[in-house]
Formats: sequence, C-alpha cells, structure tokens
Amino acid sequence: MASLQNVSRRAVLLGIGAGALVLSLGLPGAAQEEPQQFGADAMPHGWRDNPELFVSIDADGTVTVTVHRSEMGQGVRVSMAMVVADELEADWSRVRVAQAPGDEPRFGNQDTDGSRSLRHFFDPMRRAGSAARQMLREAAADEWGVPLDEVEAQNHVLRHAASDRSADYGEMAARAAAGEVPDRETLQLKTPDQFRYIGRDDIGLIDNPDITAGTTRYGIDAKADGMLYAVIARPPVLGGRVASHDASAAMEIAGVRRVVVIDAPGQPSEFQPLGGVAVIADNTWAAMQGREALQIEWENGEHGSYDSEAFRAELEEAARNGDGVQVRNQGDTPTALADAASRFEAEYYIPHLAQAPMEPPAALAQVRDGKCEVWACVQAPQVTRVRVAEKLGLAPEDVTVNVTLLGGGFGRKSKPDFVLEAALLSREMDGAPVKVTWTREDDLHHSFFHTVSLERLEAGLDDQGRPVAWLHRTAAPTIGSIFAPDPQQKLPFELGMGLTNMPLDIPNVRAENPQAQAHARIGWYRSVSNIPHAFAIQSFIAELAHEAGRDPRGYLLEVIGPAREIDPTEIGDVWNYGEDPARYPLDTGRLRRVIEVATEAAGWGREMPDRRGLGLAAHYSFLTHVAVVAEVEVTDAGDVVIPRVDIAVDCGAHVNPDRIRSQMEGAVVMGTGQALMSQITFADGRVQQDNFDTYLVPRMESAPREIHVHLVGGDSYDRPLGGVGEPGLPPVPPAIINAIFAATGQRIRHLPVGDQLRA
Amino acid sequence: MIELIVNGQPHRFEGDPDMPLLWFLRDELGLTGTKFGCGAALCGACVVHIDGTPSFACITPLSVAEGAEVTTIEGLSPDGNHPVQVAWRDLNVAQCGYCQSGQMMQAAALLAETPEPTDEDIDAVMSQNLCRCGTYPRIRAAIKRAAGQEAQ
Repeated sequence: MASLQNVSRRAVLLGIGAGALVLSLGLPGAAQEEPQQFGADAMPHGWRDNPELFVSIDADGTVTVTVHRSEMGQGVRVSMAMVVADELEADWSRVRVAQAPGDEPRFGNQDTDGSRSLRHFFDPMRRAGSAARQMLREAAADEWGVPLDEVEAQNHVLRHAASDRSADYGEMAARAAAGEVPDRETLQLKTPDQFRYIGRDDIGLIDNPDITAGTTRYGIDAKADGMLYAVIARPPVLGGRVASHDASAAMEIAGVRRVVVIDAPGQPSEFQPLGGVAVIADNTWAAMQGREALQIEWENGEHGSYDSEAFRAELEEAARNGDGVQVRNQGDTPTALADAASRFEAEYYIPHLAQAPMEPPAALAQVRDGKCEVWACVQAPQVTRVRVAEKLGLAPEDVTVNVTLLGGGFGRKSKPDFVLEAALLSREMDGAPVKVTWTREDDLHHSFFHTVSLERLEAGLDDQGRPVAWLHRTAAPTIGSIFAPDPQQKLPFELGMGLTNMPLDIPNVRAENPQAQAHARIGWYRSVSNIPHAFAIQSFIAELAHEAGRDPRGYLLEVIGPAREIDPTEIGDVWNYGEDPARYPLDTGRLRRVIEVATEAAGWGREMPDRRGLGLAAHYSFLTHVAVVAEVEVTDAGDVVIPRVDIAVDCGAHVNPDRIRSQMEGAVVMGTGQALMSQITFADGRVQQDNFDTYLVPRMESAPREIHVHLVGGDSYDRPLGGVGEPGLPPVPPAIINAIFAATGQRIRHLPVGDQLRA
Repeated sequence: MIELIVNGQPHRFEGDPDMPLLWFLRDELGLTGTKFGCGAALCGACVVHIDGTPSFACITPLSVAEGAEVTTIEGLSPDGNHPVQVAWRDLNVAQCGYCQSGQMMQAAALLAETPEPTDEDIDAVMSQNLCRCGTYPRIRAAIKRAAGQEAQ
C-alpha cells in the first residue's frame, strides 16, 4: 500500500491542487476527523447557487446563463441552461449561454469529468434560477407597491392580477439586480409537474446555429492579433529528452521565426509538458515544415524498451502467480474454489487506447505585463489556471483561462500540458500570442493513454454450473503513475469502477491486484477502469452460461440475483464515485430492469440466421445502470457487421432526454471501436500508430446501422441523478463480443477483434 | 502567386504554393469552419468543395487550387439554410460539433450528385468522414431528411 501513501503525500505537497487530486484519485482527504462529505460538497470548491454568478438579464429581457462546466459534446451548455431557465420561468427563445472562465473559487467546481455536471449542479442551478425569479418578483412588488405573494412570474412576464399590471423581465432586471439574493431556504422550487423545459425532448442544441454555419470557436480556432503558430517535436518515449538538435534547416523554411527547446519534466510528470523542440512560425504550415526539417537526437531513458507484446506476457504472469494485493474479500474463496464441483477460468486483455478527440489538443496563450491569458479547449479550466500560474511564477488571479468549445474531450483534455506549452512559448517570444497545435500524430504518440489491462477470472461452480466462488485478478498500470513515483497498484477509484463494487450474488468473492508498472503516460479515458472490468466480467458470465448450457440472459439475471440494495462500502468499494452510499446504494433491481428492457426490445431469444447472433452485457458505472444487446453478423470473410444495438439506461430522472440518447448512441459507436478495431501499441518505447490509418475508429460503414436507446426509470425526481456521459460505454464491447460468440462459437478474449475472425 | 475564389470572393496568396488549402483558409483567411483532424485525408474534417467537388483541403496544395472556386461551410448557403444545415439542426445531429462542417460539406456534395441516396450510397461516401462522438445514426437520418426521404 506504499503507493497510496506516496500519492497522498504528493497530493499534500501540491498545495492548491491537492484537493482536486485527492478527490479525483478517490483517496481520503487530509481532514479525516471531519464528517465525510459526498457529491458536490466533497469536490474542490464545491458548488455555488448564487444567481448573480449564473444569471444575467438585459434591459431588453435577454437572459444569459453562465455555464461553468466545459462543453465537449455532452450537451452541458443546453442542459444547464434548461435547468436555470425553467426555474426562472424564462422564455426559452430569449435565453443565451455564456461560458465561464476558469475560476473555481468563484463558480464552484469546474472539473468536467466523472459524469458529474448535472449530477452535482442540477439542484444548485435550479436554486439559482429560482432565486433570480424571486428577485424579479420582489422588484415588481416593490415597484408596484403590492405584496410579493400576489406577483406571479411566468414565461418572462411579471404580473399582478388584482391591479392588472404586468412587465417583461427586462423592465424589472435592473431593479431586481439591485435587490438582495434571497436565502435558499425561502426559495419555492417547482414541483416536477411544473417543469417547462426540464425533461423536454424537443429543445435543440444551443450551439446548433453556429455549428451548422461553421462559426463555432474551438481551442484550435483561437486567434489574437500578431499571433504566432507553434508545432512541437516531443520525446517519443516517456521520460525521454533532447540529447542534441540542429535547427539550421528548420530556420531556412520561409515563415519560421524561432526554434525553442522545452525542457523535459521530472518524472512523474503529472500534467507538465513533455518537453522537446518547438518551431514557432507565421502560420501552422510553416511551423509543421520547420518541424519536419529539425534534426533531433533523443535520449530515451528507462522506458525505451517498452513493448506491448512483451508487456502483455508480463501482465499475464503477474495475474497468474497470485501474489497480488487483496482488494476485496467475502466468504472463503480459496476453500470454495477447492470444494467446487467444477472450475472455470479465463483471461481477458484490453489494450491501451487513445481518446483521439477530433479536435487535437490546441491552445493559445499570451503572457505579458505579469499576466497570462489563455484560450483553450480544457475540461479542467481550474487546474489549467493553477498549473499555468505555477509554471510562469504568477498568482492564479493573474491567469485568465477562457474556455472555448471542445472538439471532443473523452478525458484527454482534463490534462492541460498543451496549454502550458503555449504559455511557455509566449513568454519565450516576449509576450507575443502563441498558438500551439498538436497534429494527429502528436495526439496519438503523446496522449495520456487508457491503461492496458489483463483480467484473470476464475470461478468455482456448483453442480448446476452456478458460481459459488469468484476470484478476479486485475493487473494494469495505474493513473496514479502520473502523480507518484512508480506506483504498482491500482487506486481505490480505479478498483471501484466495477471490481470492488461488483454486485453479483456469489457467496465467496475475492479480488486481487497484482503489480504492474507504467511505461507510458496513463490517464482518464471515457469510463476509465470500467472498460476492462466490464469487458472481463460480462464476457466471463456469458462463458459460464455457455459452460452450463444456459441462456446467457437467464444466467446473468440469476447471477445478479434478486432485486436488493447493497451498501458498496460493505463489499469493498471505499469510493462509490464520491457519493453517499446511503443515497446511492448498489441496486440490483435497477440493473435487472435495464437488462429486461434491452432484451425485450431486441427480441431476445428469436431465431437468428446462420452466422448472426445476439449478445448481452450489463454494467453499473457512474451511478447509472446500462444494458446493451448487440445484434452481430460475421461474414464468411470474417468481417463483423452490426445491424442493430439496443441500449437501455437508467440514470434517474431524464433532465435532457435528447442528450441522454445522443450520449448512449455515441457510447455505442465508441464501444464498437474498442471491440473491433481500436488499439494503441508500443514498440521500443514508442507508439506504433501514427494516424487514423492505423489507429482505427468506427466509420459510418463499420458503426452499428441502427441504435435504439431505451430510457428507463426516469419517472421520479426523488432518486438522485446518475451520470450520463460515460456509463453507456463499458457494456458495449462485451455485448458485441458475446454476440460474435453467439454467431460463430468463437470466443474473443483479447481486444480488439482485429483479424482474429479471418480465416 | 496563387489566385483563387473562396465563397465568391477573390483571394491572392504569395506564400508557399505547397501550403495546403486548409491552412490558407484557416490561418490566412480566418475561415475556421474548415477543421484540421488528421492532415492526411483520413478523417474528412477539412472537406470543402473545389469547383463543386468534395475535396480534402488538408492535402490539397494551393497550387492545385489555382483558379478554382472553393466553397467552405461558411459559404454553403447565404443564410445557413441549406437543406443539410436545416436537417442537421432539426435532428440535433451534433455532439461536440467539430467534425460536422466536414460532414455537412460531404453530405451536401453527396446529395448534389445523388439526390435520393440509398444506405449504401451514404455508407460509401460518408465513411470518408470520422466522428469520435459517434453521431453516425443521426447523420444518416439527417441526410435522408434533407433528401426529402422519411427520417427513420
């Protein structure tokens, strides 16, 4: 457990960022004596519900909602605005959105990851809208000299019926703004039946006009007067550095201004730039040409022999030799395994992945007069601000982080290394604004990669083929390796993604975590460790069903067991996504229900033509239950075609049903890539994929032809919200792999499928 | 010197004739609706029309575009109401939106050539464009809607 202490100590040393790291790593905070906090309360800088931060109303009545979470396609700008506008009783056609800069002490937590935005800010944003509405009513009551409770506010109009007076919100805006913000205890929040926008399915994206006109601004589109353009050659191996370089040919390229060496960081390098050689030019093309002309000798360091084939063998050995740290234990698994009527074991391998957002990392920075201003596509603007300040020796207050739209994020843009590069280069260029653009090759070679995992499962079965003992060993480099020197164990938050909170009804369960070392930067990738855990567990259950000669659906439901609520802390999960286990217990009834809905919609059990099959998987992550049924056809040539996928999701109430659907559709497509084609591999310490010709992701022709999303359990706002952005993904690859088995009898245990089905 | 017409406006460029059209549009003209995604004609984020033909701006040297009429997303329609743009809004196709300029330019060219595309036509053409958010089902539906076919 030394690694945990190291991370903890390091987090404390990191000062202002420590809270963020401690929390995001799922570790106990420093103040252990205080009552444990959960949810938004436990996040750095918590939440705010002050309407003065989030709502402004012009004299013409235009309402501007400030959104402090980053938009990367999940729809947070429209969803947050819907919530505020609803309680405000605003006319939707008069609502605009402004994006908050990175200022967490002011706006509350801005760490846009972990599928948390609505989960943590639905209630505060309702209160902000409600408080603004009350301030408008108070202004009208004051102006008209009538009692407050006789003033109604509906659809942008204030009205006093008795005197037949009315006013548009705009007319009362200035007076309302001068008033007191009401105590939150006095707010009269709507009841769900009064919602005007929340839960509506027909509210278009707030950025639709700009997106369809091509006028949106992403980080890569940022522009400033006198801006210079930079492209950087980075060390190809983790921990590498420039041994020597020759810039003379690069300087010959027309438009190249300067060549600058960026020092390599110490290891572990957290979110620091990787160092390398930067070419600064008058346009992107000249910078790229200049980089091509650089002559660089690299010093590779200790990770120069990282090889994915060899590492897989290392992980297999670690998972087989059984000396891992025990991370979960119920009953007596060794004895139950020994006494079982039969045993079954299998190993699953899940490779590194790159998030590969369509917009590669890019940022513009200008450092002048003791201040720095950046424009960047960042999921964590607050961390960006603090790290830029530290890098430049400025106070955070002297750093302004303007958050652009993100052309996809998927976890990559939680790490601001590319923004730090731009800030360093602007300082180097005497304060000229500098935009750093990563090419696709840069993105794939230097990501913070999804880890690589070996999952080994062993079950002891009774004479009916039902599991009575369950041993799961997981070996994978940890995300903690970017924060602490050489940790070998997964962190509690990684283990809590489907392993230590695995809810199956099995009396003897043990989970172990053998050691694994990181040789690449490991980072968050949409749904994180749920990817390997869900793939292994949901594949293994289907394998056990087959061994028992059972229908996979009935077998899965039986192994999940009857509907019941489980306290995750009682089975070994100390994290529970940061939420209170009393509010968010494991609920097998909800898991069963999404399975029932998805299988029914897909016509589970129907006759299938030759080489066609249905596959099922279900997984609970980010407090949300999802089940997927994939219909797969494997052609005689070994190609996988997916005519249809049904995905059922129970994330609690449906605040923005259209964006829940779109997130599920996207998760199905991304998960198809993970099942069939996507992987990052290393040889000689270097990534072997350069671009989308070798890092394969789904295209129109390889994506499922039809995706049917089924929203389940959204009828009550009494239950707390679950996440939406990530939980759709984990069950998709095992559902597809299980369908391939149903179609062909071939069991794929190593992702991706690639050419394993070809003759 | 290169001369070309972009969205109806004549432009001249005296720099490197090998510069891809993409960077001329973005860095020199400030038309950032055309996106960079791969630099190698693998993702379609940069698709524009050159004399009406859908083309990868990221691998098209300016010298090849000499004298051509280039249309970008900003010039697809005067008021943003090309049937493809309308359909994209109606069906809320976008998630992050980054790839959608290229998707819409590709789709507009497909419909100009094939007004009533089959699923196979859509697969064949639109598979040149990547979307990491996974909006493919809605892109397919929006193309059919723009073509006047019933959206599924």
